[in-house]
Amino acid sequence: MSGKEGSGGFRKRKHDNFPRGQKREEKENVTPSSALMTSFKSFQLELDTRHDKYERLVKLSRDITIESKRTIFLLHRFISAPNGEEILNESEVKLDAVRRKIKQVAQELIGEDVYQFHRAISPGLQEYVEAVSFQYFIKTRSLISVEEINKQLIFTAEDREETTNTTSNSHDKQPHTWSLKVTPVDYLLGVADLTGELMRLCISSVGNGDIDTPFELSQFLRQIYDGFTFIGNTGPYEVSKKLYTLKQSLAKVENACYTLKVRGSEIPKHMLADVFSTKTELIDQDEGLP
Amino acid sequence: MSVSEMFIALQGVLTADQDIREEIRKVVQALEQTAREILTLLQGVHQGTGFQDIPKKCQKAREHFGTVKTQLESLKTKFPADQYYRFHEHWRFVLQRLVFLAAFVVYLESETLVTREAVAEILGIEADRERGFHLDIEDYLSGVLTLASELSRLAVNSVTAGDYARPLRISTFINELDSGFRLLNLKNDSLRKRYDGLKYDVKKIEEVVYDLSIRGLNKDATAGAGGEK
Repeated sequence: MSGKEGSGGFRKRKHDNFPRGQKREEKENVTPSSALMTSFKSFQLELDTRHDKYERLVKLSRDITIESKRTIFLLHRFISAPNGEEILNESEVKLDAVRRKIKQVAQELIGEDVYQFHRAISPGLQEYVEAVSFQYFIKTRSLISVEEINKQLIFTAEDREETTNTTSNSHDKQPHTWSLKVTPVDYLLGVADLTGELMRLCISSVGNGDIDTPFELSQFLRQIYDGFTFIGNTGPYEVSKKLYTLKQSLAKVENACYTLKVRGSEIPKHMLADVFSTKTELIDQDEGLP
Repeated sequence: MSVSEMFIALQGVLTADQDIREEIRKVVQALEQTAREILTLLQGVHQGTGFQDIPKKCQKAREHFGTVKTQLESLKTKFPADQYYRFHEHWRFVLQRLVFLAAFVVYLESETLVTREAVAEILGIEADRERGFHLDIEDYLSGVLTLASELSRLAVNSVTAGDYARPLRISTFINELDSGFRLLNLKNDSLRKRYDGLKYDVKKIEEVVYDLSIRGLNKDATAGAGGEK
């Protein structure tokens, strides 16, 4: 059967080598203006419009992802930098730029069913949640809520006036505000990614001789982990998949705290970094050192 | 708000979501049942005796579409109207199947391609997204492609049953359909995959027409007899 199909495919390919218009003319029974052809022409238009919009959204989503990632890298520098305020301000500027992109997404989706294009924008939104919650954590040492995130994603028409240069196309004056909502699932996935960043933050803060942050972080991560286990498998598949990585991050942070507690009093502060560079698996060998 | 409170709230949202999906699944199951019944009814046309009472079968099938209408009506009440695409996957398959069945009935009755608006009307739903529960264009096109493979089968069986005129008419119809689909720029998705199967249906029917013409059987058919030899 497969052989038969294969030969059919070959024949078809040979046919396709002919110029298309010529081939259509051969079939004299197909009139280009028939009702069927007219409706298919309108389908063509509809499908193309939809695919174009989808592609534009994918592109925006990728931009959002990249910018959010950069913001996260920037925030990781916060710990070691003496000029903390400056870095926070800079991250705020970067996040504003991301939000402008999200505004463009929201504009594309005016009058559309958000879920129809959700797959295109979901990765970007998750990364944004990660960045924005990371910044929020550094500022306030607590978890940002979905409502809080969504509050920042309400855009007004005045804003649009200010940024005419970036959104010059698609100008229809609508006085009311519009918004983009991060779905609970996107939020959860973003928060799960956040824990990975917090783990990195924990390890690097030890490197800076900061003894308090790791304990604070392990406390916080444990709360998040408890939250995720509470949700368990009521959530979609992706959420439960993240649970495993989350557990690993938590274990790393807890081990770090353990080492700090056990060895912290013995080791001079400036040597803590060395202890952690040979951390986790090498803990046993550490015991043998003076 | 503490972390645990946030997660409790989120869990509530997720559970509510699951409840909606459960409700939708129930209705979709009933819809699938009805769709199977209609299909069984229409499958009768492939049998030799079935060719005589096609109008009667179509009539009966249309009665079943009344059930479909009420079932889709209840599906509409299971979720917020502006979240169609959130749950789309649940009814996508059955809706495509129903489009195919409606298109098959319309083809058997009038030998024309059912329009998107007409399908929407048969199913008791909307053609435009703006007006509520609607028929997605890709689902419509998928259903139409299923019709094409069903018709290529019908062409074969109608020859067996001694109806030599039908394959010629089906051939014209499928060729037009093929030209229609050629106009579309399909993405590399499931619809494209199904479209790739259309050429085999076209080929099959061309072979049937060839077999008939080489034996001069199509001349009888065009004379209107359609009799046995």
